[in-house]
Amino acid sequence: MDSVAQRLSAVGAGAALELRGVTRLFGALAALTDVTITVRPGERRAVLGSNGAGKTTLFNCITGDFPPTSGTIRFFGEDVTHFPPYERIRRGLRRTYQISALFPGLTVQDNVYLACRGVSRGRFSFLRPGQNDALMHAADSLVQAVHLTAVKDQRVAELAHGQQRQLEIALALAGAPRFVLFDEPAAGLSPTERAELVEILTSLPAHIGYIIIEHDMDVALRVVESVTMMHNGRIFKEGVPEEIQSDPEVQELYLGGGHE
Amino acid sequence: MSVTHDARIQVRAAVPTAQRPIVHGWPDINNPAAWIVAAILLIMPLIANGFFLIEIFATTLILGTIALSLMFLAGYAGMVSLMQLTIAGFAAYMVAVFGVSGNANISLGWPWWLAVPMALTLATIFGTLGGALAVRTEGIYTIMITLAIGAAFYYFTNQNWAIFNGHTGINNVSTPHFWGVDWRWDIPFYYVVLAVAAICYFAVDYISRAPFGLALQGVRDNPRRMAALGFNVNAHRVAAYAVASFIAGLAGVLQVWNYRQISPGSVSVGACIDILIIAVVGGITRPIGPYIGALVFVLLRTFALDFLVKIGLDGNRFRLLIGLGFLAIVFWSSDGVIGLWQRWRQSQRPRSDRPGGGRGHG
Repeated sequence: MDSVAQRLSAVGAGAALELRGVTRLFGALAALTDVTITVRPGERRAVLGSNGAGKTTLFNCITGDFPPTSGTIRFFGEDVTHFPPYERIRRGLRRTYQISALFPGLTVQDNVYLACRGVSRGRFSFLRPGQNDALMHAADSLVQAVHLTAVKDQRVAELAHGQQRQLEIALALAGAPRFVLFDEPAAGLSPTERAELVEILTSLPAHIGYIIIEHDMDVALRVVESVTMMHNGRIFKEGVPEEIQSDPEVQELYLGGGHE
Repeated sequence: MSVTHDARIQVRAAVPTAQRPIVHGWPDINNPAAWIVAAILLIMPLIANGFFLIEIFATTLILGTIALSLMFLAGYAGMVSLMQLTIAGFAAYMVAVFGVSGNANISLGWPWWLAVPMALTLATIFGTLGGALAVRTEGIYTIMITLAIGAAFYYFTNQNWAIFNGHTGINNVSTPHFWGVDWRWDIPFYYVVLAVAAICYFAVDYISRAPFGLALQGVRDNPRRMAALGFNVNAHRVAAYAVASFIAGLAGVLQVWNYRQISPGSVSVGACIDILIIAVVGGITRPIGPYIGALVFVLLRTFALDFLVKIGLDGNRFRLLIGLGFLAIVFWSSDGVIGLWQRWRQSQRPRSDRPGGGRGHG
């Protein structure tokens, strides 16, 4: 099974996400240099690296928040390099933000409802959702899945930090995601909330792959099957979690070497 | 617990929703104050004479509707447009140009039921094109672009004689007569204005809870995240301008019927800014705000003159009073008069009663 998938991904066919030679410059600064990554459908991968390694820039290039300076990005075989973000999202890509990017003036329910509406039809509808609106029910289920049912009619500005982080995840799981980018989902969470996060990530259906940026190794290495190490905007090492954890170079750079 | 993988499956796993009002009824249906206001507005012709009916209340409703279009853009979509009066004025000019007026060399003489849809269509196109320019910018630059459009239109109408008849404008614009009624008589006209204002008010309130309106509020709060949820942010912004332009156009048609004339003075830059003042004084978070702001503005404009003359000042200084009022309101309440009202209401009731959200209707 795995070997077939790996062979497929080696030639690029059937990859969920395929980056070839992606470079992103900010003026003279190269935030990403010649990054090539292939991720299988359903694969769960961690991207590790110190601050400034280019992890979030990588996400921004994949979603189109910033287009890459050069290189190509394919999403399930389709070249999306020049697509605006919303076109990529409608094809099943999702992301969360390191600093919660929510709609503080709206209720929890409306936040999730918007996420459901964004990947379906009727985004411009002038008709209010009715009692049996399917997306309203979908939003209810998502709110419940991230344990926010009790506060669903509260405005997001009034939520605690941990609740906002959970809502951040709910927004990324609306509709039918095929691949999700989680940008430090555990940032600022308590140990209990971290455990809940791990539960949410591990209970995602098998066909949903993701890349997770996470500094907390307890979270990161428990929810992935492969790891990519980045350093100074380049891919530094790829492997399974055990390899990466025991790699002396990695330990020096990141795990044991202290944060920059 | 599991996050299911697909909206179609989530539908079946839905929790009961009976306890939550998904469908909101008419906004103020449980509010006695709203019923009293509605009743007073309906029987107004019995209590107010022609001067009050038209110069105060009809004028308030017309200016309030123009300001409502700004409230829709600013309050829901986060875009401050200074060209809403310009769009209303454009619609007013188009009614005069396509309809019947004293300037037979300019007006095409169409009946009102053809001239009005034409004027509304052109005003909506005009506002949408202006919006398509403005949405490429944010914040202060949106204000500058829309102000530039307003200023350009003002000077254009001043200098163009072929269509806009220069600085004299177009006079003796005819108003609708049918079913044996002259609809510009005070009482019928008041009801026409009230009906249009009420439709616009309820439409804006309704849309605010529909997917389109919610998406605009999402765009206001975080455009980047909206794009990351699958929304084409600029398309939503341009569509918001189209809706706002239609509303402003409706008010413009009423305005030209009200004064029976339209001239560059009605679309001056000062008048554009008056609309912003009206909306901010009233409050831009809810559709009722612009109407409250318009009432304050019209009352001051009408009566401050007498008051100022009485205390020995130049009557034209009513703007001084409006300016001071504006300063006081933005200083004490970022949400205008309705913000002050809401805070007073909240201070009157026990803590536990307070609404969780800011969008309840009070």
